[in-house]
Formats: sequence, C-alpha cells, structure tokens
Amino acid sequence: MTDHNDTTFSRRLFMQQGLTFASLAATAPLFIQRSAMGLLAPAGSMLSSRPGVPEDRVLVVVQLSGGNDGLNTVIPFGHDDYYRARPGIAVAAPGKGTNDRPAALALSGVDGLGVHPSLDGFMQLMDDGVASIVQGVGYPNPNRSHFTSMDIWHTADTDARGNGWIGRYFDCTCNGRPTPEGAVSIGREAPLAMHGDLQRPVNFDSEQLFRWLGEDLHASIAQPYEQINRAGVLDEVDPDSQLGFLMRTALDAQVSSERIRKAVARPPLVAYPQNDLARQLRIVSAMIRDGLTTRVYYVSMGGYDTHANQFGQHANLLRQMGGALSAFYKDLKQQGNSGRVLTMVFSEFGRRVAQNASAGTDHGTAAPMYFVGDMVIPGVRGDHPSLTDLDEGDLKFSVDFRSVYAAVLEDWLGTSAKTVLGRDYKRAKIIKA
Amino acid sequence: MPPRILQPLNPRDFDFWKARHLLNRAGFGGTPAQVAALASMGLKDAVAYIVNYQDIGDPAVAADTFDADIMSPATAEERQEVQRARRAGDEAVLERLRMERQQRQRQDRQQMGRIQEWWLQKMIESPRPLEEKLTLFWHGHFATGYRSIEDSYHMFRQNQLFRAHATGSFRELTLGVIRDPAMIRYLNNDQNNRRAPNENLARELMELFTLGEGHDYTEDDIKQGARALTGYGFQDDAFVFRQRLHDPELKTILGRTGNWDGDDFVSIILTRPVAGEFICFKLYRYFVNDRRPAPPEAGQRFVIELAKLFREQDYQLRPVLETLFMSEHFYADANAGAVIKSPLQLIVQAVRSLLTPARSVRDLLGACDLMGQNLFQPPNVKGWEGGESWINTSSLFIRQNVLIYLLTGHSPQAMPWQTAPGDYDALHLLESLRDDQGAVDPEAAIDYLLRFNLGGAIHPQRAETLRAFITQRDGAIDNAALIALLSLITAMPEYQLS
Repeated sequence: MTDHNDTTFSRRLFMQQGLTFASLAATAPLFIQRSAMGLLAPAGSMLSSRPGVPEDRVLVVVQLSGGNDGLNTVIPFGHDDYYRARPGIAVAAPGKGTNDRPAALALSGVDGLGVHPSLDGFMQLMDDGVASIVQGVGYPNPNRSHFTSMDIWHTADTDARGNGWIGRYFDCTCNGRPTPEGAVSIGREAPLAMHGDLQRPVNFDSEQLFRWLGEDLHASIAQPYEQINRAGVLDEVDPDSQLGFLMRTALDAQVSSERIRKAVARPPLVAYPQNDLARQLRIVSAMIRDGLTTRVYYVSMGGYDTHANQFGQHANLLRQMGGALSAFYKDLKQQGNSGRVLTMVFSEFGRRVAQNASAGTDHGTAAPMYFVGDMVIPGVRGDHPSLTDLDEGDLKFSVDFRSVYAAVLEDWLGTSAKTVLGRDYKRAKIIKA
Repeated sequence: MPPRILQPLNPRDFDFWKARHLLNRAGFGGTPAQVAALASMGLKDAVAYIVNYQDIGDPAVAADTFDADIMSPATAEERQEVQRARRAGDEAVLERLRMERQQRQRQDRQQMGRIQEWWLQKMIESPRPLEEKLTLFWHGHFATGYRSIEDSYHMFRQNQLFRAHATGSFRELTLGVIRDPAMIRYLNNDQNNRRAPNENLARELMELFTLGEGHDYTEDDIKQGARALTGYGFQDDAFVFRQRLHDPELKTILGRTGNWDGDDFVSIILTRPVAGEFICFKLYRYFVNDRRPAPPEAGQRFVIELAKLFREQDYQLRPVLETLFMSEHFYADANAGAVIKSPLQLIVQAVRSLLTPARSVRDLLGACDLMGQNLFQPPNVKGWEGGESWINTSSLFIRQNVLIYLLTGHSPQAMPWQTAPGDYDALHLLESLRDDQGAVDPEAAIDYLLRFNLGGAIHPQRAETLRAFITQRDGAIDNAALIALLSLITAMPEYQLS
C-alpha cells in the first residue's frame, strides 16, 4: 500500500470516528450550546411531531429483567397443553384454585385466557379499560442469551448493533438541541436503549445520591462548590474541548439534581407498595407532576430469571409489578396526567413452554407486552401463540417487537418510526386514534 | 532522523510539570516527591524507567494463588453419573448435581471478585504503572466479559497474557489471543468447525482487534477467515487445535489463497498497513488525546508516522511507546488535559498522587462499576468507548463523591453517614512550599494544589474561589483546610481530565 492510500485510509478513519461520535454537546443546556448543536445535527434527519399529536406526551418504559415467564403471566387456562407442559407450576383455571394456589383471573372478551392472580391490580386496570396486553411479541431467530436478547430489544436490531432506539428517537427529533432532562432513567446504569449519538439520558439510582456528598462536610463548603459547578463554560475555554463539555455537564448535573430532588420531595397523591419498582415509578410520577419536560422515562425490575422453584417467587414478582403499575396509574389519574402518559412493559424474552426438572423454566422466546394509559386501546391484542406448534420447544412470535416500537414512536410520540427504526414496520394497534 | 512530528522534546524542557504529565499518562500519577524524582532523571532516563519496567522488581507480584479448578469440566465419572441419572429419570440425583453446579458457580463468582480486588490493588501499589495501564488497555481492546464465559480463572489467565505481551509484539499478542480460552469461549470459536463455521471471532479479529470496522476487508474475508480459525478450541485451561474440526481446504483471505490456519490469518491481516494505524490511533486516544471528533491535524500526522514506525519494527510496541512518550507532540500544550480519566484512572491516580488511604477496595470497585467501568466485564466486545462517554450528569456526581470517600472516608453506602475521624494526612503535598520555619503561604499553597491536581492552564476564577473560601475560614492551611480544598478541587470539572 502506498503512502497516498495510507492517508486516504486515515482520513476515512478519522472522519468516520468524527461522524459517529459527534456528540460534543450531549447534555448541553440550550441557552449555552444552541447554535453549535444546530450545526452538528446531520442534515435531513430532523423530524418534528406530526400535526395533531400533543407535544407533552410521555413514555414510561418498564423493563422486567431476566426473562419474564409470559405463559404464567397471561395464562391460557383453556388449553390442556398448558397443564400438560407445566404439571408443577401451572396456574389453575378460574374456579379450580386452592388456598395455596389461587386461580387465574379470567380476562373478559377472550375465551380461556386469564392473568396471574397476583396481578389483581393490573386486572383492575384492564377492567377499567386503561390497559392492554399484546400477545406473542418477539423477533426472528430468537437469541436466548439475556445480554444479547436485551441488547436486541434495546437497539431494535436483531444483530444488537448501534445506538438505542429511544436514543435515536431523540437524535432525530431534537433538531440538534437535546434537552438535558429529555430522557431520564432510574437505576444503576443508563440503559443502552436511551443512548443516542447526541442524546444521553440523565441517570440516577436514588435521588438522595444524585448530589454532591461533600456538602455534608461543612456548611461553608456548599457555596464555593456551587460557584465551581454552576459556572458553565468559563470564558476563554473552548466550548468544543473536553473541558467545555465537562463544564456544561457539571452545570446540567446541578440543574437536574435540584429539579429532580425538589420534585421527588413532595409526597405522592396515593400510597405506593413497598417495592423497588414502586419506588422508581413514584419518582417518575413526582417528576411528571412537577412539570419536567422529560419525554421518556426508563425504570426496571430484576429477578425474573426463574429457573428453579418458580411458583411462589414468580407470584411475588408479579404482585410487586402489578401493585406498582396500579399505584402509578392511580397517582397519574389523580394528577390529571393519565391521558398523557403511556406505560410500556417488556422483558427480553419469555420462557420455555415446558417446565424444567427444578420446577422452574428455562430461557424462551416470544412473550406478551403490557400497556397502561388512558389512550391505550384496551383489552387483549393478537392471538395467544400456539402451545403445540413450537420452535425447539419455544413459542413462535406473531408480532415483531419493532412493530410495537413503531406504533409507540408514530402513534404516541408522533415521530416517523421509519427514520428511527431504519425501515418500515407494520404498526401494532396500541394507541387510540 | 525521525520525521519532524515524532521529534523528541528538547531535554532541557523536561521539568517537574512535564514529568507529572508523563507519570499521569503513562501511569496513574504520583506524589510530588515521586514526580520530582522522575524529573531529576532527565527525559531519556525517565521514559526508559517507565517503559522498560521489566528492570524494576515488582514486590507486589504474588504467586498465582487463584483456584484453577472451580469450573473445570466434568470428569468422565461425573458425566456417567449424569447419564445414568437421566436414563433412570432419577430426579433426586439430577437435582443434587444441579445444586453442586450452582454452588461451584457461586464460588467462581466470589473468586472473580477476589481477582478484581487483586488487580485494583495492583494498580494502586505497582512500581510498574505502565504495565498496569497497558494491561488495562489490552483488556479494553481485546474485550472479554466474565458474565458470558463464567470462568474466573480463564479471565485471570487472559490478564496474564496481556501482561506478558504488554510492551512486546502485537503480533505475538494477537496470536496469543486467538489461542486464549477466555476469548475462544467469549466469541464462540469453540463452536467454529468445518461443517458449521461460526464467524464471530473472525469478524471481531478484523473489525475490532486489528483493522477497524469496514477497513479493507469484505464479508467474504470474514467467512474465509472463520474457516481458517476452525478447530481453534480449548480443553480445560489450555489451547487445543482440533484437527478433525479444522477446514483443510483452500481459503482466500484479503486476496491471498492457501491452506490457511488461524495463525496465517493473523499474518495476512498484519500485512495491511491499516492494522498499524488502527492500533496506533487507539494508543493515541488512550495516551495522548481523546478529543472527538478526530484529533487535530497534527495528531493525525503523528498517528500516521507512528504507525509507519510500528510496521518497520514488525509490530513491536516498545519502540512505539518510547517514541510516543519522548515526543514533543506528547508534551504539547494542545495535549495537556486532553484525556478524560477513566473511572479507574480517576480512583487510582487520586490514591497514588494524593496518598489518600485506599479505603475499601471492594467499595472502590463498586464505584467503578457505577461509573461504567466494571473490571473483567466490559459492556460488550467493543470494550470501553472512553473519552466523553464516561461522563454524564450522574457519573459526574459519583466521580465527585468517590473522591470525597477517599479524602474523608465518607461513604454513600451508609446513610446517614458520619464524619470519620481524620485519618488522612495531606500535609505531605505541601512539603516543597515550606519556608525555614515550616510555614506555608496560603496563596502559594492554593496555586500549587491547583496546578498539581489540574495541570497547566487553570482559569483564574478557580483560585479566587478557593482563596475566598480559605480567607473566610481563618486563613490557615492546616490538614482540615487542606482536605476541604482538595474536596473542592477534585469536584472541579478540570479534575476529570488528565
């Protein structure tokens, strides 16, 4: 290879890196970096909301990590195959429960289908017409690794490559001006789904720790600390340098911390159950109530990898999940916000149809998703996957999860799903017209 | 004569502050006394001291005390027992075997924790900081995650591989990597056989390890490369080449046809100049400047010339590192404070340069994980992206808070947390400033602390803030005032830069 080619290569190397990572103002407050951000946004990618779609709509994503057992969440009690495959862990049909093993709660409008008895809170939302179940959601050539399948859901790509689907949504819609609090995730780490080229989520686990602990040392230290961290980009500092980026982020952190802790300090309007998902959703509800401009919130709950003795364990998980969702909805309703908040619940995969030898279930494939909100088309959508026509012992999917994302992007957030997802997917029917 | 852009720094210009820059970047910083000692060696000897670290004995090196057999494969008898139980449908035996396996997995996760602690401790204590820094570089480059392979001893062995070749031959290192059990498992090459090739290792070998994504290879090169790698597997803790799984037919890789195996595949890749540039670019981002997009024009020329040298030296790393750390470009103002510290750099540099207590290594590892750098568990096969990706609003608070923990012992774990007795003596930092009576001028102390912790160009507003703070106290620089000053300095955005 000649020197000439070397240089061509290098230019390509540097250029490519430059374009891919042109995130110099990932969390820039508008008033500081507006013009620079406008220059950076790739031409032609800017979208605005579709006419008629309110700008104040909020999406709350609830991630159930570990692979929630869809078959023991939405229960096909009308099928003998279900009881044959799961003699030790099946949920009894309505009227056939015992004290130890309560029966499934029958869903109206669908024969032979119910929800787990622990989900009475969620069932109430179904009965009230503000919740839906989308059955048989998955993707082709399912991957049964937790990490890979989760990445596939996060990137909306079956090769699990690229940025997160929500991050791309922000990249496309922000007109080059990501708002610092546009995307908020609660948990130990910011989910891949929320990462774009430009947009990075505000992420914190506990609002109590989303602050500088040094201020507890002595009262006199808070003032100089604020002076240092609220200065933004000091004059004579190149705003495009790493230092400029750090100074902006420091200011963002102060502003977000103050707003979020102020919002969360108010007591909620309803009682929440004592569990971690409820704690996270309580924080989200407080932020919505306080009028933060956040459009997407992300919360998560683990423990769904039920390989052994799952009956009691899974019932407990679902009780926490259902209770948290129910309290969250009631809280939003009292606030008057239930019409502008859509909650979407997913897991990286469902579980094997047949139970294993440890009275648990192994990693599977397709599973239901759950939606809550006043604008949700209520009821059960799609057919339950066949329990006999299986793919290596696993359910076959009937709804590609990206057609669910497409519906959320297009019909809820009012953006072009094709731009965000890279191709057209037939939109699932989830949101009322 | 080296090309102009690679010219060494004028040795007369190698002072305390240049030595500080060298020790921060090629290592994890040092105390004022250590920096002064390095400066007194002069440029050539200082760089040689850092790079030729084999000459320095490492008292921290412990024998390999980790258990190699926790996850060792089942013996023939154990396999027979499983088969008998399966045939007989003996649920009790199967359940017992499952419990035993889970028990071993628990033990292995615990051992992984001990290996993490061992490494962080080593970074904090090693007299050969460049060895640790390069081992971390190669860990991020040839990224392998414990969660997917679930064998702590394989992770430990891979760490030893990176150490063994850290400043040696990149060719030998890469050949070691395609024979490394952890990597073979992580990228599924144990499933790569002539009948059903698995392309995972072949793809990443070109895309992430040597050439860079999309550079000078095609999908077909990946397919053919995967065939060359068939049969590269492992047994227990050792590489094995399984002849009967290997595809013996002709393959054409990057235009060259032959009955290639995995080693040939690596040799063919390394005929491409792109490989040298890709590695030198990553070294540049790690050691010199990680600014995005692209480094400034001078940086690009530097990388290209460095890559030429790398190829001329048949991919030997030591001459490349020596040239880099000697170069005027490395010490240029434009490259001062131009690398964002990784979470490990932040923590280890704080302990090593300020001489704070290391507190609980377990807590520090937890903090590192929260800041996005979990040792032995990079986020994916691409490793840690580095640079600005380390920083967001929440990681910035954690970065500031972990420094409070080091300086004062205040831990966010315990709520409400109490003030630990002052167990950190910071006064050693100011030794060089004391007058005959042992007194320290507060203004000089503030200026020195800022420069020692933040490097060269510091905005005057920072010193003003600190001066006002000290004046408002009682003007004296005692240990408590010093710790308060350090709490503020380490909370400055500038402190995240190296």
